Amino acid sequence: MKEIRINVNGVFRHLIVEDNEILLDTLRTRLGITSVKAACWRGECGLCTVLIDNKPMKSCMLLSVEVDGSEILTAEGLYNNKRARVLMESFVKHGAMQCGFCTPAFVTTAHSVLSSNPDADDQEISEKLKGVICRCGTYFQIKEAVKSARAFYKDGSPETF
Amino acid sequence: MNSRTVLGEKVPQVDSWLKVTGTLRYSFDISLPGMLYAKLVTSKYAHAKIRSLSFEEALKVPGVVAVATGKDFPFRLGIYVSDRDVLAVNKVRWVGHPVAAVIATDMSSAEEAAEKVNVDYEPLEPVLDVEKALEKDAPLVHEDLADYSVFPGFRPVPGTNIANEFNLVKGDVEKGLKESSVVIEDTFRIPQISHAAMEVQNSIGYWRPDNVVELWSSVQSPFATRFLLSKSLGVPLNRVIVHAPPIGGGFGLKAGLGWEALVALLSKKAGNRPVKLVLSRAEQMTSAPSRDLFLAKVRAGFSKEGRFLAYKAEFFLDAGAYADYTVNVARTAGYSAEGSYEIENVNVKSLAVYTNKIPTTAMRGFGHPENHWPLEQILDRAAHELKMDPVSIRAVNLLKPGFSERATGEKVREDEGNPEGVLRTAAGLIEIDKVENPSVPWTVIGKGLSMLVKAPSQPSNAAASAVVKLNEDGTVDVITGTGSMGQGTPTGLAMIVAEEFGVPLESVKVVQTEGVDTDRSAYTWQTVGSRGLFSDGIAVLRAIEDAKGQVKKIASAVFRVPEDDVEVSGGYVFSRTHPWIRKELREFANGYTFSDGTSVGGPVIGRGSYIPVLNTFLDEKGHGSNTVFHTYGATAVEVELNLITGEIKVLRAVQVFDVGKVINLLTLIGQADGGFIMGLGSALFEEIKFDDSGWVLNPNLTHYYVPRITDCDFEIKESFIETPQKDGPLGARGIGEHVMIAVAPAIANAVFNATGVKMNELPMSAEKVWREIMKQKPELFSKALKSFQESLKEVMAE
Repeated sequence: MKEIRINVNGVFRHLIVEDNEILLDTLRTRLGITSVKAACWRGECGLCTVLIDNKPMKSCMLLSVEVDGSEILTAEGLYNNKRARVLMESFVKHGAMQCGFCTPAFVTTAHSVLSSNPDADDQEISEKLKGVICRCGTYFQIKEAVKSARAFYKDGSPETF
Repeated sequence: MNSRTVLGEKVPQVDSWLKVTGTLRYSFDISLPGMLYAKLVTSKYAHAKIRSLSFEEALKVPGVVAVATGKDFPFRLGIYVSDRDVLAVNKVRWVGHPVAAVIATDMSSAEEAAEKVNVDYEPLEPVLDVEKALEKDAPLVHEDLADYSVFPGFRPVPGTNIANEFNLVKGDVEKGLKESSVVIEDTFRIPQISHAAMEVQNSIGYWRPDNVVELWSSVQSPFATRFLLSKSLGVPLNRVIVHAPPIGGGFGLKAGLGWEALVALLSKKAGNRPVKLVLSRAEQMTSAPSRDLFLAKVRAGFSKEGRFLAYKAEFFLDAGAYADYTVNVARTAGYSAEGSYEIENVNVKSLAVYTNKIPTTAMRGFGHPENHWPLEQILDRAAHELKMDPVSIRAVNLLKPGFSERATGEKVREDEGNPEGVLRTAAGLIEIDKVENPSVPWTVIGKGLSMLVKAPSQPSNAAASAVVKLNEDGTVDVITGTGSMGQGTPTGLAMIVAEEFGVPLESVKVVQTEGVDTDRSAYTWQTVGSRGLFSDGIAVLRAIEDAKGQVKKIASAVFRVPEDDVEVSGGYVFSRTHPWIRKELREFANGYTFSDGTSVGGPVIGRGSYIPVLNTFLDEKGHGSNTVFHTYGATAVEVELNLITGEIKVLRAVQVFDVGKVINLLTLIGQADGGFIMGLGSALFEEIKFDDSGWVLNPNLTHYYVPRITDCDFEIKESFIETPQKDGPLGARGIGEHVMIAVAPAIANAVFNATGVKMNELPMSAEKVWREIMKQKPELFSKALKSFQESLKEVMAE
């Protein structure tokens, strides 16, 4: 058992976790954050992607003790970020989801893509989202959704409400 | 009036905001107080007797509550053929067959204990090949086939590995072949593929102390599941409650019966505490069902004008160890083998065959991706022999609505669609006659097209029902039985209700959007077969009609006009002859109270139901009436084929369907595109690979590759034709499965168009295509290689 201190969606958490506990389980089971899904538990599907200090990481491939001191963002937290809310709205408007099981992972990853480069083109968007699988095949719609949210990630566009 | 129509517009699914924030609750996300976890112990042999089984060591692991084995649960299950056990009894039938289950307080204890369950096997000879399974002395996968209960219309053959035999006979096929100018003969093969739904199957069972069996499960068929559980466990129907929360991808995997019987029984075994089973991806791909392997041996004869004179086909569906659902897939592949064409003489035999491989079940398309794979390639090959083009040979043979008859004897209805319009639209959009130049000389560009047609394959009792309730603020609640798995049916139903009452879409709530449960939802058979919008849609429209009738009755007393003078539309209730006499619909929701305090009527509750009244069972020649609607479509593609590597790259894709009536354009386009991508995966990448002893070699998403966003850098166009189905909901037909059926044959036809190379086997991986080029047209490879080397020299020289 180890002590960790993390900030999850803006809330500081002081947790005692197993040495071999993966971040996915800490978030889902301990903290009840269900937007973080899992479909392979071995880093293949990308559905457990979360932002750790603004970088997209697969939470099934990380031990919770490794993220001690980090800031973690999931779709639930991104809902309160003005830019991400616009991105989510764009997903909704473009029908960039069917069953919705992978949607939080796409939103989370796309938010980090646009945050680091608001001018990302088709190819860059695809390359950076290819780690997440959507079996319903909403990829065309996801690309459109991400592209049409780009303007809101440029300088001058507010992040908070 | 607020009656702005939303029909035909692009409307986001009503649960979109829950999905985008990850707050929609799937069964995957549900846990109950005191819940235990189950872990499967699975077979290491494809076929073996269980000599003994011991689990004393497993019980010593802290946290372990119980271990269950097949002997604990002597029940047989199945939707069409009850060939399934809950856990293996006496023998195992495939590598991955669940033998025991460990129940523990947490997952890691259950996993640790599962390693400590010892099973002593006596290996038996396995049968791993569908043709060998049919040989006389083949080992039997199910020795007790004669004792299994069978749904009417299915014909297992005891003493063999045949789970179902279906025959379709029209005319004299041998005579037809003799009279043909061109006969195409070949063998086609499709491997087993995985649904690979992102949400793995998961179920919570809770056998409550009051003997009510309650389940939360990732299931497309809550009512069918309730029925099957009740029947096999001997519990009355209304003492089984199946909750089916929204599903993270179904595609047929979650139709029929899943793991619900197991978790219910485990709960009982664990002292009536809730037990959850969540499969790992490897378990999903080895212990749970996949799509059948398909083998087709066909002979097809054409006149010199291109008339399709004869089609003789033998289909072998490798059903794996359980053919529970695949018996119907095989039957369906058989009776719809003629596709969109009128063929003069037909003889199709379609067998579902047991082997010692992973079991199989329904998957999107249900026998049609299978039977269209040979059929649609035969047409292109015949066209080539006859010096016709792929469009003309199809046009000559297409079923003619209002005139033709199917091989089953069913009349092709006048209102069932416009196959020729579909064909011509697809051919036009892909510019099928226009020759494209490749970007480099070692590739070629080809165009290919495939038609498709499919009807829901469902029993005659596949009913649906709906309840519509008016609220006193003008909002409307709709209760259905079809849940949400991404297909968008709840949104489509909400749009229909909004349209019919003339209220804003936001005023309509389809309660089942957030989950179905058998206690509080209206009955529907299953969420399968592209039947949701059609069957539930009709039930909802009838419920609306019923509700409006109740409103009219109340309004008649209030307005003092005859009932048939009252009209309900645009959110208002008014007199047709005196339209200034009107009130808002909401004023009648709970009945009406007059100014003197007296009241009339009561809460308005409309009810509607649907059953496919014209369906019959099919006779021994496959004749009868089996279908409620057909949706026609076509997929066309332009592909670039690298002649050196064999790699296929899609450049453009076209999806055309006659949907009857567009309800929601956004979800319709989503289906058309998503289905193309799923079809692309099965066309180019997907194959469950087995080794010689029956082990799955790629039970993960690295070695079983499904399409990713980078595979979609091509242009896709969708086009929808609206030939209204007279008895469909507002004229609409189903579409959910059709979208993937024609993708693989269209791509194969494009390869044939570009090179003349015939692709008989899926997937068309680069390696396989390269091998076929080397076998059939090695000169193409040498020429391409030479031009590549020359261009390399030029580059080096620079």
